[in-house]
Amino acid sequence: MKRFKADLHMHTVLSPCGSLEMSPGMIVKTALERGLDIIGITDHNSTRQCAEVYRVGKEKGLTVICGAEVTTKEEVHCLTFFENFEKLEAFQKYLDEHLPNIENDTDKFGHQVWVNENEEIQGQEERLLISALNQSIDEIEQKVRELNGLFIPAHIFRPSYSVYSQLGFMPFDITPDAIGMSARVDVEEQIVKHPELKQYTVIRSSDAHFPEQIGTHYSVIELAEASFGELKMAFHQEEGRKVVELR
Amino acid sequence: MKVSDIIEKLNLKVTGGDEGLQNEVTGGYTSDLLSDVMGNVDEGQVWITLQTHRNVMAVASLKEVAAVIIVKDLEADENTISQSNDEGIPLLSSSMEAFELSGELYKLLNER
Repeated sequence: MKRFKADLHMHTVLSPCGSLEMSPGMIVKTALERGLDIIGITDHNSTRQCAEVYRVGKEKGLTVICGAEVTTKEEVHCLTFFENFEKLEAFQKYLDEHLPNIENDTDKFGHQVWVNENEEIQGQEERLLISALNQSIDEIEQKVRELNGLFIPAHIFRPSYSVYSQLGFMPFDITPDAIGMSARVDVEEQIVKHPELKQYTVIRSSDAHFPEQIGTHYSVIELAEASFGELKMAFHQEEGRKVVELR
Repeated sequence: MKVSDIIEKLNLKVTGGDEGLQNEVTGGYTSDLLSDVMGNVDEGQVWITLQTHRNVMAVASLKEVAAVIIVKDLEADENTISQSNDEGIPLLSSSMEAFELSGELYKLLNER
């Protein structure tokens, strides 16, 4: 087993709140400078910037896991990841079907574009990506399961947009692959307070919106190699794979 | 005033939890953040919300509310309805928006 540094939650230029500097090239360059081995691309309710970051990452030796940070009907943020582009596209179709038709106001919320390695605009999302999907957390989890993806409620104790703020506690009917906790949360203290969470692997990530935030927080994970399948095994603590440290 | 009186006066539909229709109503609370409701709703109050998730009934039971009213004719999730029946806490529905319904309920509870 080897140790990998994984920062699995960050936004790109595509998220309205993501800095225009968060281009594929800048993200990959900064992640490598910070010593990360694996990053997750998680824009709000869209996967459309993933492929280019993946491609640039592959060229430069950084493993990029593709997904999105979805907003459920209850306004809970959850990370989702998929093992290949076929599954990712199927999930994008689901997002397109369930994102409400509310137009983005670029002056208020920022631009929602995806770009190539040379920072040339490849497309623009017209609908506001920070809206909530019209699907419940249970329905979205089920869709992710159908596509054999990873489902990870994000920053679960944040006072807004989290499982605990919106729904009071972890719903009994969902079984996340892992749960995210912010750096300011004392994980051990929370597990004592919420023993129902003991069964889940906890990850920590930067939730970077600007290049300088990339890798400010990450999880150290023991894997045979950096891949989607190995991460899934680590979250379920299979065959020696596991998250060993939160930084 | 009982839950059944409120149903009649505010023209509500009963979606589940018939067993609790004679619950005494002491007041109301309107909020969509379950974390907020857990901290602030009082026993015997009617809780007005647009959330339809099953966790609503778990919080309702924990806090021993008199009933839950879902606004804007939003459809409660199936397992929310079944949990309402299990807990015996009425799950009601209204075509009104939360602002309007809260106003009507406030008037009703304070008119005598």
